[in-house]
Amino acid sequence: MIILELYLSFLKIGTFSIGGGYVMLPLIQQEIIENRAWLSLPEFLNILAIAEMTPGPVAINSATFIGYLAGGFWGAAFATAGVVTPSLVLMVAAASLLSHFYQNRWVRAALDGLRPAVLALIASAAIFVAESAVTDIMSAIFFLAVMALLLLTRLHPVLVLLLAAAAGLIFYS
Amino acid sequence: MKQHLEYQLFLTFFLIGATTFGGGYAMLPIIHREIVQRHRWLEEDEFIDVLAVAHSSPGAVAVNSAVFIGCKLRGFPGAIAALLGSILPSFFVILAIAVFLNHFAEHPAAVAAFAGVRPAIAAMIIAAMVKLGKPTLKTPVKLVYILGFLVLSAGFDVHPVAIILLGAGSGLLLAYLGDKGEKKGEQT
Repeated sequence: MIILELYLSFLKIGTFSIGGGYVMLPLIQQEIIENRAWLSLPEFLNILAIAEMTPGPVAINSATFIGYLAGGFWGAAFATAGVVTPSLVLMVAAASLLSHFYQNRWVRAALDGLRPAVLALIASAAIFVAESAVTDIMSAIFFLAVMALLLLTRLHPVLVLLLAAAAGLIFYS
Repeated sequence: MKQHLEYQLFLTFFLIGATTFGGGYAMLPIIHREIVQRHRWLEEDEFIDVLAVAHSSPGAVAVNSAVFIGCKLRGFPGAIAALLGSILPSFFVILAIAVFLNHFAEHPAAVAAFAGVRPAIAAMIIAAMVKLGKPTLKTPVKLVYILGFLVLSAGFDVHPVAIILLGAGSGLLLAYLGDKGEKKGEQT
């Protein structure tokens, strides 16, 4: 029952990856490569490179890819289902609870304090990405041009992203 | 009309899922444009609240926010519609790559296009922060809080969940001290 095992393994990985995609990479390494041997380390690194270049969260991408390698289409489907099950259960519970208590004084106070914390986390993610992405004059120009387009024009962000990819094809190849 | 909203949730999160490169926060400007500006499903402040909850639970931030927003608008069916929308694009893209294009990541065209996308993602995250932060950035005290949390997170590598807990704790503490202050004011 490889399909059930895939579901359970990724359920476990999904449950313990709090705070964004990259937290779960060591979990995948331990569970999938060391415990189950469904994948070798070079294969895993290849998947990470692909996951970074394709749309979607790294967690989902690796689950789909590893699931396919270990169990074909249904392996991919069940591994992906496993990694999103905790999101579904917990977020439905949180949305229902929060809608009941949204007007409560203490809930409001906690949310008020959370907003600056979340904005700081976003800024910190931007710094993390910029450190590895803005390394020379060319990438700095890309960075500033995209920032100007997003803040000064009303272009849809998806269009801006496509422009950046097209410019990359022209200037980097 | 009811069917209509679930369909819209699916389509909107499908678009978001199909254009989210480079993980979690890169999708913020797109979610913001679609959810807050275009459909007006959430206010700016509510959107930040959703992010806070999405970030402090297990799972990918993009998927968590999709489920939360879907559930808030349309209960469990809405949650399922938003969930499927947000994961199906990456599911099919990865499946196609796994079946046909094992060497996709080394293809020169993919490498060149991605070299352009990478700095764009960093700019997108900062632009999202500026837009989302506008209501919060108006009060100078909040700006000090943001900088403080930023130093903890980017400078000292404090875990995101700890930052979230500190934020909630500071909000509760301020409200409690505010209460005490008011009572004192009444006594004198």
